Amino acid sequence: MSNITIRLPSTRRTQNQYETGTSYLVTPGDVITEDTDYMRGHGTYCTGDADDKLYSSVAGVVERINKLICVRALKSRYTGEVGDIVVGRVKEVQQKRWKIETNSRLDSILQLSSVNLPGGELRRRSATDELNMRSYLNEGDLISAEVPQVNVDGILSLHTRSLRYGKLSQGCLVIVSPSLIKRRKNHIHNLSCGASIILANNGYIWIYTTQHSSQTEEGDGGFIISNESIPIEDREIICRLRNCIKCLAKRSVVLYDTSILYAYEASMSYKVKQLLDDEVCDEIVNKTIYLLQQANVGNSEY
Amino acid sequence: FELISDEGYRFDGRKPSELRRVRCNMGVFTQADGSAYIEQGNTKVLAAIYGPHEASNNMRSRVCLDKCFINCEFSQAMFSSAERKKRSRGDRKGKDMSAHIKQTFEAAVRTQLYPRSQIDIYLQVLHSDGSLYCACVNAATLALIDAGIAMKDYVCACSASLTKETSLIDINHVEELAGCAEFSAAIMPKLDQIIYSELNGRIHQDELGQLVDAVTNGCKDIFAVIDRFEVITDNTEIAVSPRSLHS
Repeated sequence: MSNITIRLPSTRRTQNQYETGTSYLVTPGDVITEDTDYMRGHGTYCTGDADDKLYSSVAGVVERINKLICVRALKSRYTGEVGDIVVGRVKEVQQKRWKIETNSRLDSILQLSSVNLPGGELRRRSATDELNMRSYLNEGDLISAEVPQVNVDGILSLHTRSLRYGKLSQGCLVIVSPSLIKRRKNHIHNLSCGASIILANNGYIWIYTTQHSSQTEEGDGGFIISNESIPIEDREIICRLRNCIKCLAKRSVVLYDTSILYAYEASMSYKVKQLLDDEVCDEIVNKTIYLLQQANVGNSEY
Repeated sequence: FELISDEGYRFDGRKPSELRRVRCNMGVFTQADGSAYIEQGNTKVLAAIYGPHEASNNMRSRVCLDKCFINCEFSQAMFSSAERKKRSRGDRKGKDMSAHIKQTFEAAVRTQLYPRSQIDIYLQVLHSDGSLYCACVNAATLALIDAGIAMKDYVCACSASLTKETSLIDINHVEELAGCAEFSAAIMPKLDQIIYSELNGRIHQDELGQLVDAVTNGCKDIFAVIDRFEVITDNTEIAVSPRSLHS
């Protein structure tokens, strides 16, 4: 007999429940300004006719930096920037390069010359390496990488020339909207709850167990793929983190190490599977927002 | 039989210039980049947008170097109309509809911003009760906005028919079957541009102006409904995200 859960009636969220502050929302076709002094940024356009009005082309928030006006869409695909950390899936193995799916507009490219091959940093890529590309990264593998360069047409080049990046072995992938990831100095965290997390800028979050054995801080570059089974406690931590992230993402709370840890702490009074209920989810998120506000009292950030 | 009663009401109790009830919902799928569901009276349509993304293998030949191409697939559920009928995806009606919707959105989406990419528009009719094209366009507009794809303006579509010198807007299935001329158009309401129009049947030249006016007003009414809905959802989305609070 399966249990039947009946949800409590929930109040419809109305406009005045949350104050929007000073954010200025537009939808496609809205006139942002009729002043000709401003420069048009992303998400805006002008018709080029006699009227020099600036129109919005997406639904989102208007941002003004001096004379530049941009509209940031509420939800969109990932647009890469140099220095970002991404998690992606190998889609295709081509000659001398891999095509990686990273939730961006076009597939990203990982050149054979920008990966670390076993046997030293300064090794020439020979024809044998080219033939063995599949043995290193095959279709369907997940990797973490950094963006050193964005090409003219928006294609990202990736590199994994650091032991922090490389192939990902055992763990859990959570996909959220890229706009929810907060840009920080560090995107790879060893959380105090016993798991590690890669908060990639493209909205792909990788949760895995912390490797205690690795002697370096950096990681193993994905060369050591261990398939030994992970104890049930660690799996529970990973699942709990995953559900917490899903809860936060559902209510559009920005994701970074602190917010995730607060949500994790707030969830401790529930079983892992209970976190999928909407009421429990709401409670955890409210608690997290409260804790974040508490932590940021006197901090102008919030 | 008469489409308008002596009291001036239509079959379903509407006045000639009255829309059916419009209800919509955005973000109904989590997997898609953008999605929307719209109900116009009994016509119910689901739209899903994937993209802009790398062109899929079987569409490599359609890739443009300076803009993206739009791929539209229209399908009607087996149970959507009165007669239960199995429709294959590539039947003539579906192909026509896809082509028309594709053309409509090629005029509205700013395709040159997404070179070498592909945007997929998938439309699924769950319940068909007239004005299918219009419901599909309205659903796709909402889904494209949800996906954050750059467009010049909203695209709103509405249909109209003419009987006894009165124009009926947002016609339903019964009125479609009555055999009067059916005129549908898609407009960009804020820019005041017509980007698509189609006339099935014959009308007198002098009546066209009246019909265009009726459809334009209908589209603007639909826009008013959709836009109000859109703004409300936007605000709630924004409000809970701390990131946008301090931006």
